[in-house]
Amino acid sequence: MADIAETIATPKPAPTPKIKWEAVTDHAILIAGALFMLLPVLATFTTSSHDPVTIHREGLQLAIGDQMGTNFDKALFEKGGFTDNVNGITMLMNSFILGIGFAVGKIVIGMMAAYAIVYFRLRFATFAFWIIFTTLLLPLEVRILPSYEVIQSMGLTNTYTGLILPLIASATATFFFRQFFRSVPEELVEAARIDGAGPVKFFIDILIPLSRTMIAALFIIMFVFGWNQYLWPTLITTDENLFTLVRGIRQIIQVYSDGNSIPEYGQAMALAIIAMLPPVLIVVFFQNWFVKGLTESDK
Amino acid sequence: MARVSLENIRKVYPNGAEAVHPSSFDIEQGELIVLVGPSGCGKSTLLRMVAGLETITEGTLTIGDRVVNDVDPADRDIAMVFQNYALYPHMTVYKNMAYGLKNRGLPKTEIDAKVREAAEMLSLTEYIDRRPSQLSGGQRQRVAMGRAIVRSPELFLFDEPLSNLDAKLRNQMRIEIRALQRRIGVTAMYVTHDQIEAMTMADRIIVLNAGRIEQIGTPSDIYNQPASTFVASFMGAPPMNLLPASYNGNGVATIAGGSEVKVSTSGSYQGGVQLGVRPENVSLSPTDRANPLTFELDLIEELGASRLLHGRLAGHSFVVNAPNDADIPDGSIFLDIPQEAVHLFATDTGKRIN
Repeated sequence: MADIAETIATPKPAPTPKIKWEAVTDHAILIAGALFMLLPVLATFTTSSHDPVTIHREGLQLAIGDQMGTNFDKALFEKGGFTDNVNGITMLMNSFILGIGFAVGKIVIGMMAAYAIVYFRLRFATFAFWIIFTTLLLPLEVRILPSYEVIQSMGLTNTYTGLILPLIASATATFFFRQFFRSVPEELVEAARIDGAGPVKFFIDILIPLSRTMIAALFIIMFVFGWNQYLWPTLITTDENLFTLVRGIRQIIQVYSDGNSIPEYGQAMALAIIAMLPPVLIVVFFQNWFVKGLTESDK
Repeated sequence: MARVSLENIRKVYPNGAEAVHPSSFDIEQGELIVLVGPSGCGKSTLLRMVAGLETITEGTLTIGDRVVNDVDPADRDIAMVFQNYALYPHMTVYKNMAYGLKNRGLPKTEIDAKVREAAEMLSLTEYIDRRPSQLSGGQRQRVAMGRAIVRSPELFLFDEPLSNLDAKLRNQMRIEIRALQRRIGVTAMYVTHDQIEAMTMADRIIVLNAGRIEQIGTPSDIYNQPASTFVASFMGAPPMNLLPASYNGNGVATIAGGSEVKVSTSGSYQGGVQLGVRPENVSLSPTDRANPLTFELDLIEELGASRLLHGRLAGHSFVVNAPNDADIPDGSIFLDIPQEAVHLFATDTGKRIN
């Protein structure tokens, strides 16, 4: 009895929480990495709230200033550039046109190429695929002169077509769709054939809906990729009305610093923040689709 | 609903492999014919040629009164149920069933009526707005059936439709499919590797081996009068015992290294034979005979309804299906093989001789 009483009287001491040093190290590394990535963005944001004089004199600002409204307003709505007829909104529109056109174009072309390669008994289909695949080794930067020559001779400089068309051939999209289509069960094709669906109907009614998540994932990647294009737009558009945001930022600093005035650093920073937002928002809102597209399939 | 006729249908693949040797048979109107055989015997190839998913190398295929060798699968007036169901995963049950009709340009009201009728028949009405991924295996199977039914085709094709289901569900679906086919009265061709499925469902069975038809007949023909050693050993569970023996052409066969067995026969064949006896036709003999069939017991397999005795007869492995209440003595067991239960097959050709 005494034993029992004693046992009840002295409960076991609560286990002291052990510090898992591994977890601490892991987190420290992750936090350091996150700060490394985020601090420049934060500095850009805070700096965009100061007037150019302060920035020019004191460098990047880490505190919020009082010029944020003015800078963003000017960046978006004030007409600038050489010709004084392009503002931030126009450039934002151009960026969207490029980003969406680029992504949609790549997906459409890639999907159709993969469809042809996987489902039709073409001669040299595999060979054709590997040819397409090796173009991954030839990015735009390598073929930029011939590409420019072709577009220029077609009179497509300073057009949206010229801006988008040369970029949409995509080995990446073709490859992803090829892998996906090959994993679609053979019987589905046969069932559709017996159900009276021809090649076009099968593509539209069965294959495209099945590839939804894949399309969404690729759209996100390609949109961001297209949004961030710099070299090709710089080359192909000289008309300021066709400038994209990514180009516009540089333009602000360069053009305005030609004279004796101080470059509009605040506006440039504001524009940089604006340029960053759409890709970030797209990834944030569609990341579910993104993950699904790369991992899941409901075949 | 139509008569289907295959004349010397042959399939040779581009690499020269002959998957189906020239085969001919007819399927009567409303008949369910089962193609059965081990994997790689060409049964699926045959079915897929009828469906139009494989080209026919040689021969004539007639469905109804049309030769359909070069007709597109969609225009052959057939419907097919696949092994993995092949339902469109992004469509609801309703749309899955309606898709084929929609492609044929039927008016919406008619499609709706047909789909709902089929759903009713297959008790799928409450699942009609679900996706295939939200259904159980048996329900998916029924949707695949429904997709075939709504088309009211001339011919149903089943490609191992039950092999993805668990054993219990398989038994149930077997009966359902059979009942449904009877009710609609549609001609059907059914491929399976499961001999029980073949025996229970078929009006007639076609046994295939290595691209050739071994035998065509009703289930009882196939079971009672197997045309060859292949059919004898493939159909029936446990399989038929086959023992090397010699036959004197006069009603007595001698098991190699053992006793004589009486055989009822009309043939005049003499020489080496395979002597076949189904385990369930053998009975235990209570007394020693003059010319005993001595069975050495190795192992007893309990089946519940009966017991399988595995052992050796004259040194050859042999199985006896003994009733539960049979008294199994220790030591030597004596067997009784009724004269009419003995099948004889020529050793060299494997063909039946009695």
